[in-house]
Amino acid sequence: MKKELALELKHITKTFGNVVANHDVSLDVYKGEILAILGENGCGKTTLMNMISGIYFPDEGEIFVDGKPVIIRSPKDAFRYKIGMVHQHFKLVDIFTAGENIVLGDSEKKRFNLNDVNNRVAEITERYGFTVDPQKKIYEMSVSEKQTVEIIKVLYRNADILILDEPTAVLTPQETRNLFEVLRNMRADGKSIIIITHKLHEVLEISDRVAVLRKGEHIATVDTKDATESSLTEMMVGQKISLNIERTEPKNSVVRLKVEGLSATDDEGLKVLDNISFEARSGEILGIAGIAGSGQRELLEAIAGLYPLNEGDIIYNNPKTGDTVDLRNKTPLQIRNLGVRLSFVPEDRLGMGLVGNMNITDNMMLRSYRRGKSMFVDRARPKALASEIIESLQVNTPGVSTEVRKLSGGNVQKVLVGREIAAAPTVLMVAYPVRGLDINSSYTIYNLLNKQKESGVSVIFVGEDLDVLLELCDRIVVINSGRITGICDGRTVTKEEVGLLMTKSHEEEREVKSNE
Amino acid sequence: MSIVNYLLSSFSIGIIFLLGATGEIITEKVGHLNLGIPGVMSVGAAGGCVALQLMYGHNLPGFLIVLIALIACFVSAGLMGVIYSFLTVSLHSNQNVTGLALTTFGVGITKFIMSRLTRIGAHEYLYALEYFRAPFANLTNSLKYCGVMTFIALITAILVSYFLYRTKTGLNLRAIGESAATADAVGINVTSYKYLATIIGSGIAGLGGLYYIMDYAGSQEAYLSIEALGWLSVALVIFSLWKPHICIAGSFVFGLLYIANAYASSILGIQLPMAMTPLIKLLPYVFTIVVLILTSIRKKRENQPPAGLGITYFREER
Repeated sequence: MKKELALELKHITKTFGNVVANHDVSLDVYKGEILAILGENGCGKTTLMNMISGIYFPDEGEIFVDGKPVIIRSPKDAFRYKIGMVHQHFKLVDIFTAGENIVLGDSEKKRFNLNDVNNRVAEITERYGFTVDPQKKIYEMSVSEKQTVEIIKVLYRNADILILDEPTAVLTPQETRNLFEVLRNMRADGKSIIIITHKLHEVLEISDRVAVLRKGEHIATVDTKDATESSLTEMMVGQKISLNIERTEPKNSVVRLKVEGLSATDDEGLKVLDNISFEARSGEILGIAGIAGSGQRELLEAIAGLYPLNEGDIIYNNPKTGDTVDLRNKTPLQIRNLGVRLSFVPEDRLGMGLVGNMNITDNMMLRSYRRGKSMFVDRARPKALASEIIESLQVNTPGVSTEVRKLSGGNVQKVLVGREIAAAPTVLMVAYPVRGLDINSSYTIYNLLNKQKESGVSVIFVGEDLDVLLELCDRIVVINSGRITGICDGRTVTKEEVGLLMTKSHEEEREVKSNE
Repeated sequence: MSIVNYLLSSFSIGIIFLLGATGEIITEKVGHLNLGIPGVMSVGAAGGCVALQLMYGHNLPGFLIVLIALIACFVSAGLMGVIYSFLTVSLHSNQNVTGLALTTFGVGITKFIMSRLTRIGAHEYLYALEYFRAPFANLTNSLKYCGVMTFIALITAILVSYFLYRTKTGLNLRAIGESAATADAVGINVTSYKYLATIIGSGIAGLGGLYYIMDYAGSQEAYLSIEALGWLSVALVIFSLWKPHICIAGSFVFGLLYIANAYASSILGIQLPMAMTPLIKLLPYVFTIVVLILTSIRKKRENQPPAGLGITYFREER
């Protein structure tokens, strides 16, 4: 069978400020094929697809549809070229019915009649083997039904090129199987399907070809039949790069924090943490690796007393008194009043960590304003602390009274980490502390963490760069869809092993469980 | 007779709230909370009165005078909408602050213009009262307040309701207020919808101000009371759960409550002390709060404010 080109990308580059999201990416998509785009988080998969669907506009490069060069400036343009995208976060209006959502924005010059819409939806669902009730309101639907509505929305506009951004992340195995059935029907109908994913077994199961992206660059496109899980992982994570981060042997290591069987669900009732158990020891850096959104944020927030747990215990061993306390379902204030010295550097620095419109001194006070009995605040000590942090961490700022939002990302992070370390924690949790930072700032942060480790603090480090995790951490916990898939020794484990643990499925296990 | 008069007066003062609220609903349905409505209504009234003053003595036919005044009113109020949408849609400024600033500005400039008008001539713009109050202008009871604009207001409310809930453009418009990102992703031009909705909404609200001066009140000091009525229009939007057809009934209820004290003695035979007046005028707000509490308890999704109300939308956000 001769394959016709449906979509070509040539030398696409896109940058956001200093961050290069895509660099010189070229891709082909044929008619009647399923192309999987594989890569770690932050490798530019979604950005690339957003450029095809008109959300972003490429800085450089060209896009061809059916062999003709096109300019896609908006989602409307994309629809005109019969390109439709199903986003990872559904874009649906909750209080509208499925039918209303499907017809939304449709530019057909016909008399508006919801019955006609519903009939056409029924036609599409029958053709590809979906089930959906067009009269049902979105807020009454399950995640999988919502996804179905999204896909029909695209098909309703006669899209020939469908882009699905991590469609299976929210589905059960049964629902995934149904979705794949639908995708195969669409392929048979001559449509081109691009599926973004980082689940290797799904890539192997559904796709015809796989394009691998790494750090914004296109590594290779291979035929799925020639690929294996390990060959794909290797392309995805790449060669190990030496970073020369110093790592000392842990001294006098004792268990400081013991997490047992943590389980939690999100707003939609999906499991975000599933039976998580590990120990964090004093004087070591415990890394947490995983694809973004595998439960890292929920895990740290649960320990910090910010995320409600369904099950499990968080046992803290107090080094001073030798007592153990359970931190489960306690508020951050209760945790602090128990004498637990827990510091948390959240991933969202200016959202959860610092207040952007307040100056450095005031941000210091966020952690200490309860001290003292006077009704007036004591500004002298926070101010001294702010000056100290500015000096010792070389924060580049005009002074202590500069608003935090005016500082660069690296300096914001130094202020935040500095404040948390100044609280003399026994457990220090940091989430993506070097995200968006330049090399020098990153090393400053690594050194700070190492110093904390040497002084006997138990450091929990959530990272995304495997090279950093492998060089910085003593042990690495790998989580995947809210479950621990492995706890490795940071000194001996290889990048590929961690990569596989991050992406491998535990679907078989899950199914056995559901059959019981 | 006083009961009939009470009902008619309530109905006609309700028209002010109805126009204000209908305009505000269109704006809120695209996710913009325009707290400038009192100012918009004031400026609309001023624009209409200036046009009337200019037409004074030219012996134009009555319907043309009304039509031109309405257009002038709509355009001047719409200009306030242009300011509001430029600041909040294009410059992403805070909607509440912008709205409140617009109220202060609108009320202030109206006071200036209207006081000038009074000084130039002897508020001649009131000559047009009979045209606005047509066809009941010569009656002595409260039916005389039910002039042409009453019908315009009722028809507008019904049309807007039909537009919002029965047309595709209305569906697109409501989608923006619920989730601008969703609307954007399906190719709806969010910015132009927001501009148009805000400007047309402001224009409709502005008519409420003109109605009050040229129909209900018919006096030269009337412009001083528009601001208070404007705030009630904003409250009526909440009271009617963001639905213009409910607004029609809601505006009547607000009217009944707002002027209750004036008719209390003649209908119920109770003599209320003057000091009670402001308290009774509070009743619409009390009712609005009760409605808010009830809908919050019931939590029916369809009765909640647009999900994106007050949220500024940026496209290239990462």
